[in-house]
Amino acid sequence: MAAKERRIILKNIDRPGYGNQLDSYLEEGGYEILKRALQSKPEDLREEVRKSGVRGRGGAGFPAGMKWSFLDFKSGKPIYLLCNADESEPGTFKDRQIIHKDPHQLIEGMLISAYAITAKVAFIYIRGEFPEGAKILERAVEEAREANFLGENILGTDFSCEIYVHRGAGAYICGEETGLIESIEGKRPYPRIKPPYFPAALGLYMCPTIVNNVETLCNVKHIVAMGGEEYAKIGRPGNTGTRIWCVSGHVRKPGYYEFEGGALTLGELIYDVCGGLYPDRTLKAVIPGGSSMKILRADERFKGKDRDGNEFDLGLEDLILDFDGIAQSGSLSGSGGIIVLDDTTDMVEALANVSSFYAHESCGQCTPCREGSLWLKKILERMSRGQARLEDVDLLKSVADQIPGRTICAFGEATAWPVQSYVAKFRDEFIAKAEQQAAGHSRGNGCSEDKIQLV
Amino acid sequence: MSDEKKEELVTVYVDDREVQVPPGTNMIEAAAKIGVEVPHYCYHPKLSVVGNCRMCMVEMGMPQKDRGTGQPVLDDEGHQKTMWLPKPAIACSTVAMPGLRIRTDSELARSCQKGVMEFLLVNHPLDCPICDQAGECRLQEFATDYGRGYSRFVEEKNVKPKRTVLGPRVILDDERCILCSRCIRFCQEVPEDDVLGFVDRGSYTTLTCYPGKRLENNYSLNTVDICPVGALTSTDFRFQMRVWFLKETHSICTESSVGANTLVGSREGTIHRITPRRNDEVNDTWMADSGRELYKQVEARNRLLRSTVDGAETGDPERAVEATADLLRGGKRIAFVGSGRCSVEEQFLFKKLAEQVGAQSTALVSRVAEGDGLLISADRNPNVRGALTTGLIDELPRHELTGLAAGIDKGEIDTVVAYNEDLTAAGITEEQLDKVTVIYLGTHANKTSDRAQVVLPTLTVFEKNGSFINQQFRLQKFLQAVPGPAGVPDDLRTLAGLLAGNGLSIPPGIDEVWEELSESVDAFKGLLFMKIPATGILLDVPPGLRRLPYAEGKTLHYESAGEGAVTV
Repeated sequence: MAAKERRIILKNIDRPGYGNQLDSYLEEGGYEILKRALQSKPEDLREEVRKSGVRGRGGAGFPAGMKWSFLDFKSGKPIYLLCNADESEPGTFKDRQIIHKDPHQLIEGMLISAYAITAKVAFIYIRGEFPEGAKILERAVEEAREANFLGENILGTDFSCEIYVHRGAGAYICGEETGLIESIEGKRPYPRIKPPYFPAALGLYMCPTIVNNVETLCNVKHIVAMGGEEYAKIGRPGNTGTRIWCVSGHVRKPGYYEFEGGALTLGELIYDVCGGLYPDRTLKAVIPGGSSMKILRADERFKGKDRDGNEFDLGLEDLILDFDGIAQSGSLSGSGGIIVLDDTTDMVEALANVSSFYAHESCGQCTPCREGSLWLKKILERMSRGQARLEDVDLLKSVADQIPGRTICAFGEATAWPVQSYVAKFRDEFIAKAEQQAAGHSRGNGCSEDKIQLV
Repeated sequence: MSDEKKEELVTVYVDDREVQVPPGTNMIEAAAKIGVEVPHYCYHPKLSVVGNCRMCMVEMGMPQKDRGTGQPVLDDEGHQKTMWLPKPAIACSTVAMPGLRIRTDSELARSCQKGVMEFLLVNHPLDCPICDQAGECRLQEFATDYGRGYSRFVEEKNVKPKRTVLGPRVILDDERCILCSRCIRFCQEVPEDDVLGFVDRGSYTTLTCYPGKRLENNYSLNTVDICPVGALTSTDFRFQMRVWFLKETHSICTESSVGANTLVGSREGTIHRITPRRNDEVNDTWMADSGRELYKQVEARNRLLRSTVDGAETGDPERAVEATADLLRGGKRIAFVGSGRCSVEEQFLFKKLAEQVGAQSTALVSRVAEGDGLLISADRNPNVRGALTTGLIDELPRHELTGLAAGIDKGEIDTVVAYNEDLTAAGITEEQLDKVTVIYLGTHANKTSDRAQVVLPTLTVFEKNGSFINQQFRLQKFLQAVPGPAGVPDDLRTLAGLLAGNGLSIPPGIDEVWEELSESVDAFKGLLFMKIPATGILLDVPPGLRRLPYAEGKTLHYESAGEGAVTV
């Protein structure tokens, strides 16, 4: 039986009687940690965060304490804190729970973080498709201001900080941190080239800036509450704290679940926590970290050596759920969005769906991503339409290979990885699709099983 | 180069060849220094770096250092080891630092170039035979150099607007656009007229003008010059002439004393366009739109094509010159009005002529208007400093020839020689002109030429060789792009003829005139026409000449700092 959930971030979320107003939050001891934090020195708080080992929850998993340590404190320019609430990766829906159901937890986490990095202005960049979330946050900010938790001389101290809620206009790329910065500046969210525009030195308005995910900033509150070393005891080394996993797709109980790092395996999550698959279905594949991550095939074996040099040989269901555990599969846990696919899935059409999303969301700034993403989409739509060619399989791979590592931002990887991995792991289905269509089936199911009706 | 300066340079390696460049130089420029072209589209030396085209990707290596000690790691032979990065880097934003290495033709670099080339072409129309850019298209050139040579794209291409009128002089074909954003950055950064931008996203991104605005600033055509493909075209030039037929001649813009360096594109004696020529000390890579239209004066309707004496055509222009020489002889009281639009050589011979015939006065007409702070200065004469340097005048010209007007009224002047200046636009009335004998040398008809006893047609800047001295006292030469109209002699020939008729023999060739110039004008000592570099040469002129209260304010690469003192 799988480990039990450990709800730290989600502690009060969905608890009957708990609302998203300040009263509810205060009843649960809200803003007490802020009061305590304001008695500490900012550098001591940064040290706690560093000791906690907490890794960013937005997708890349970069240690937050290290990110903060890159800040240029000597520039003499103002320092900005940006909360990335643009949660746009398909399969991810954790931040919105926090925003909708416990906004003050985020605000407290942000104020502590702002104090720690000596920022006087912070922004919450919330995606355009979350109008309700934006309203809730704005109300929460007002409540916090009335209670003097933010604004001038917070709680009678010298620390002043303002938080602004900034709504995006509906573009995935606004979640890329330099795109987000451009967007706040009022421009098209074209990601910046790095070097030279590393946010910690040249961020918002060319000032030192930290961009953190919603869940990461919430974690800061709990790190300060329990101390960095104590926090680091939660989960596995290098994967400290809890993580919220968003499970969607072909499982009986999709949803968001918070577990300590490494507390259970992917198989336990799917079968024990999420109630397993629908009747008469078998597991076909799992996307482990949002739709941009490389897909894993159910019958794959993952072999290699871990950091300590120990050899491993794991099946999909044996993968341990945390950053390093999923990384053993060659994919990444990204934003924590786990998408489960059973044997009714036509992989060509599934990929066509993913690719059309990335073609739609490519900002269009740099050539490989702009042209590559749309080309891939056009090929896959044609294949799904009934005009697949055998040579398309290699063409897809070849086109996708020309994108990652050659673009301004990581969107290039996001658009290429699905194609590279689907084609590599389900090559037979892509070929079958073309052959079936050649044999007269108008679309073909691309799938050797009889779960999908041939049309 | 002095040793001191050499120390400031850093050594980098391009394809294993050593290059020394100042720190901060980007790797495209570093490679160019040793003749290696790193292909690029969005990078432009005079605009900000955005790194969006990804064409300049190269393999990059850093000198390997020991992590513990920080000491360089050496190979068996004692050479610095290089750590090659697995990911390619864009050369445009990679800045030179000691020991940095790039490979522009390694397997990785080639694969990147091939990939980007293919991507740029998938939605491109590929109709070069009907595209105006063909022949000077970077996409066409790099497709040949770096592309795979065939298309793997069988899908439908994107459809975008084909003929968007961005402004009075620029038309956009969005399907050809490769979204490099050079035009957008140019408008933001040079004329500071932020009217262009992208709408929509991904591969459907479309260049457009801000709603309700037009690309109509006086520098709009530079966007056409820097557009690496056939997306932006000039309304004036599009579909007029295939560019590979054009002969390109070095010239100088006569619009103002900035002296923007230009290229005149002509074919079979007809000029089709004028484009800027790079000069980092004068106009960078830009020029004003208005200057590009000046070639139209060549075939203007009011062009003077025949010499006339007392209203009758003389046929042979030599006869008119002889008749004029006669008119200047014999103790007449003559006033000379030269022009700041004439070349140094012409001003010099004009001054010689004035001296030879004992002229009462020599003057120049000032042409001052508001400058635009960029490439059109307040002084709309391209060569006032030429007239000062050659000694044709010894003080700054005025708008109105009040002295000459008074002289005529008092009957102290009986003959006026006007060179390329309409005196009625310079404070002389038609009645005053009727009181004197007028000899007119010029390119176009006007009220003065209408009243002249003798008209000697001359050539435009496009039809002759010569030089101007710009506001920085930079001597710049222009070359003949097209032949002048049949029967119209070169200005120098006409002036030499007038001089010969008055007892001074100077050969009319420009090289011979320069031999005279270098002997008699200190600032030109040791110079010859053929020795003037393509981007001009700063003259060493007497401080007194430098300190005159010139009309120019601030323009690109020039600022007059109070009291007429000039800093470059």
